[in-house]
Amino acid sequence: MSTPAGSRATPAAQTTTPKAVVKEDAMWLQKALINRNYHDLATARERGRKIAATFVPGNLNELLMCFDFARSLPETNALQNALRKRSGKLVMEAERDGQSEDVCTYVKADIGMFLQGEVGPTGEPLPRPDVLLLSYTGCFTFMKWFELIRHKFGGETVMLHVPYQADGRIRPAMRDYVVKQLRETVIPALERISGVKFDIDRLREYLKESQKAEEDLVAVLQTAKHRPSPIDGYFGAVYYIGPIFTAFRGTPEATEYYRVLRAEIEARLRAGKGPLTPEGDHPGEKYRLVVEGPPNWTHFRDFWKMFYDEGAVVVASTYSKVGGVYDFGFRHDPARPLESLAEYCLGCYTNLNFAQRIDMICRYMDDYRADGLLVNSIKSCNSFSAGQLLILREVEKRTGRPAAFIESDLVDPRYFSAANIRNRLESYFQMIRQKRLAAGVH
Amino acid sequence: MRLFIGIDLGSTTTKAVVLDESREVLGRGITNSRSNYDTAAAVAKHEALVAARFALFRRALGKSGALGASLDAFIAQLERDFRLEQFLEQLGDLEAECAKNVATGRFAEAATAVGAALAETFGRLREEAPSLFAAGARRKSDFFRDIAGSRYLAVAEEVAKAAGLRYELLLNVFDRSILAVENRVYGENISRNLLAALERTFAALPGTAARADQIRAPIRDVLATPLEETYVVGTGYGRARLPFSKEHIRSEILCHGLGAHVMYPGTRTVLDIGGQDTKAIQVDAHGIVESFQMNDRCAAGCGRYLGYIADEMNMGLHELGPLAMKATKTIRINSTCTVFAGAELRDRLALGERREDIMAGLHRAIVLRAMSILARSGGIRDEFTFTGGVAKNEAAVKALRELVFENYGAMTININPDSIYTGALGAATFAWRAVCEEGRVAERREAA
Repeated sequence: MSTPAGSRATPAAQTTTPKAVVKEDAMWLQKALINRNYHDLATARERGRKIAATFVPGNLNELLMCFDFARSLPETNALQNALRKRSGKLVMEAERDGQSEDVCTYVKADIGMFLQGEVGPTGEPLPRPDVLLLSYTGCFTFMKWFELIRHKFGGETVMLHVPYQADGRIRPAMRDYVVKQLRETVIPALERISGVKFDIDRLREYLKESQKAEEDLVAVLQTAKHRPSPIDGYFGAVYYIGPIFTAFRGTPEATEYYRVLRAEIEARLRAGKGPLTPEGDHPGEKYRLVVEGPPNWTHFRDFWKMFYDEGAVVVASTYSKVGGVYDFGFRHDPARPLESLAEYCLGCYTNLNFAQRIDMICRYMDDYRADGLLVNSIKSCNSFSAGQLLILREVEKRTGRPAAFIESDLVDPRYFSAANIRNRLESYFQMIRQKRLAAGVH
Repeated sequence: MRLFIGIDLGSTTTKAVVLDESREVLGRGITNSRSNYDTAAAVAKHEALVAARFALFRRALGKSGALGASLDAFIAQLERDFRLEQFLEQLGDLEAECAKNVATGRFAEAATAVGAALAETFGRLREEAPSLFAAGARRKSDFFRDIAGSRYLAVAEEVAKAAGLRYELLLNVFDRSILAVENRVYGENISRNLLAALERTFAALPGTAARADQIRAPIRDVLATPLEETYVVGTGYGRARLPFSKEHIRSEILCHGLGAHVMYPGTRTVLDIGGQDTKAIQVDAHGIVESFQMNDRCAAGCGRYLGYIADEMNMGLHELGPLAMKATKTIRINSTCTVFAGAELRDRLALGERREDIMAGLHRAIVLRAMSILARSGGIRDEFTFTGGVAKNEAAVKALRELVFENYGAMTININPDSIYTGALGAATFAWRAVCEEGRVAERREAA
């Protein structure tokens, strides 16, 4: 899981009639950041830098920066390829290599990318990593994924085991267990691989930056509590979370990005504007939704359009929290560097139990005054699709607001059926409307 | 007279329902969807408006008392005669179209022989036409393409044989011509055909001829009454193709929910199994949809599944249900994948199982699939209404009744003989509501 930061599919590949895409300044800034990271990765070897790969949920970006690693996020690479219409052939390449149809398509796009000559989404080389830092935060596929990469392409795996919040809370022993692993396993391994000595003060400096950026990100996402919402908390938010969920958390560039973004969004809010869509200002907010599940990346723009064309705005999403749940108060803490890294990992959305996920969604429904919940269930995701119907029922029952269920996939273009999805979405929006009318009429 | 029309553009058939101001169903129309949705919508609407005229005739004649107890027989005869007139008109058009195609020079030296064979074929078709529409005549389909097609093929074969002409030439000219005729909308000709039909009816029912003037007067009145299409709502997969504004288009989920509610106000759960999708819908006491689920990513368990099986068995779709009803046991079919089911079917046949028993298993398999979609939508609540083309299949209904009882206990299961019109009825009701109900104000405000 990750974000589409910085991507912009070429108009020719996207639609038959090329149109200029409308973006906020912060979006262009973010695009530049992401492209710069790919350039960093492409040139890491010649600059004598080692490369680390790590997953978005539970990523220890600040820690990796302490060892001068160039940082690659495999889910982000996969989705960036999908946004550029390149993932289909990567998935098929991995299938030819023996991966079954049911395997997570992020995994297949990643393997396919290595098999096809280690070229990243921007067209620059994306060399295989020297270390695979596996911060295991609830998605069991992660473990198999890095195992596969190690098996096929080498590279050392360093595993951080983050205990699942099975009973819905973080006990001190859980935190201590993670800190102990950081001290005794992760840090020594990273020192050995990078040849750089760990400096906890350097980590503290990075965490200070993280904290500032987190503050601004939360402020941006929470503007959606207003009517009309100045942002789309799903389609827009996946851009906003780009830098902080990937290689930039802890950098001054990210802090600056979130400062600019916040100013921009607050200006939209003051101006009473709705979200910005790729075709300009949102046509007007008619339906406010909460969404559970990642977006489809292969048809991202078409998917988004199905919402704004009907006047739907997503006011909150769980997906925009996969790289860190900050809206309930957690911040990285320079005074407790390793402890707060541990708490960050433990608090990841993917590491929350069922009841916590349901509570979180119900809370969003109320706090953001949403009309309903939409679940986009991912065909190839065995880890998080399980139980989504139950979540849907429970949220319906608790909030009394209607929910709907659609299915698509992350980066496999074969599993996006536009006609079916549009049909369900339109039905759902009309259903919300009918219920509203009925409440007034009957 | 103000009318409210709902049109349901399905993947297989297009249906239309016409309501009057008191929300009474005045007429229903159905046609095959073909590749041209605009035409399908126009034809279905036309059919429904014709049916509406007949309903108005019945009302007017009933009120006038001119026919007394023979009203039903008279209307039935008139309707058959009208269908015959309409058929003859289309047949004439088809002949003209065929002649046009022969004249293009495509048939070179065979043109004269083909022309003569066509004249002979159409002559015979015209001659036998009244028997197709006689009382008690059975037709597999009411669509012009089907009736004319099957008869043309049969007659042309005989004619070709007698004339020593290649049959393929006559097939070719038919194939080239039928589409143009099928896609023609006969909106304006209803009065002419009706008045001609009326004369046939008087001839067929000599007892009524004496009261001809008394009968003609209310019919002329009805024909003179302009039918105003006050509000039209479209639904179904092809809805985006309708030349309507967004306000006039509703999702078929909402239309099916409301249509089922109108048919059976106690409905809480609706199952619709159509050609390409299966919908499970929960509605509240007002017919408003509360939640829904549909088959995703795969069309197994839809009407097409049965169509595929029928093809595999070399049978007609409508023959599957009756065959399955003769089963003495139900063979377990594990695959709900349409294509795999074909393989399972052949496998069971090879093992020596009876076709009837395998058919029963296949019907159970399709319903099992629907049960899972129903469960996803929140289960089955009393009353339960089953709609869509598959609701006409007695074996599917039997399997459904059994599975509902096994899983949810005893409850009222509603199956309406007109259930194929559920979506169109819901759409027409939305049309009526938009104009006649208080909701209209709210709807407009909402749209603004």
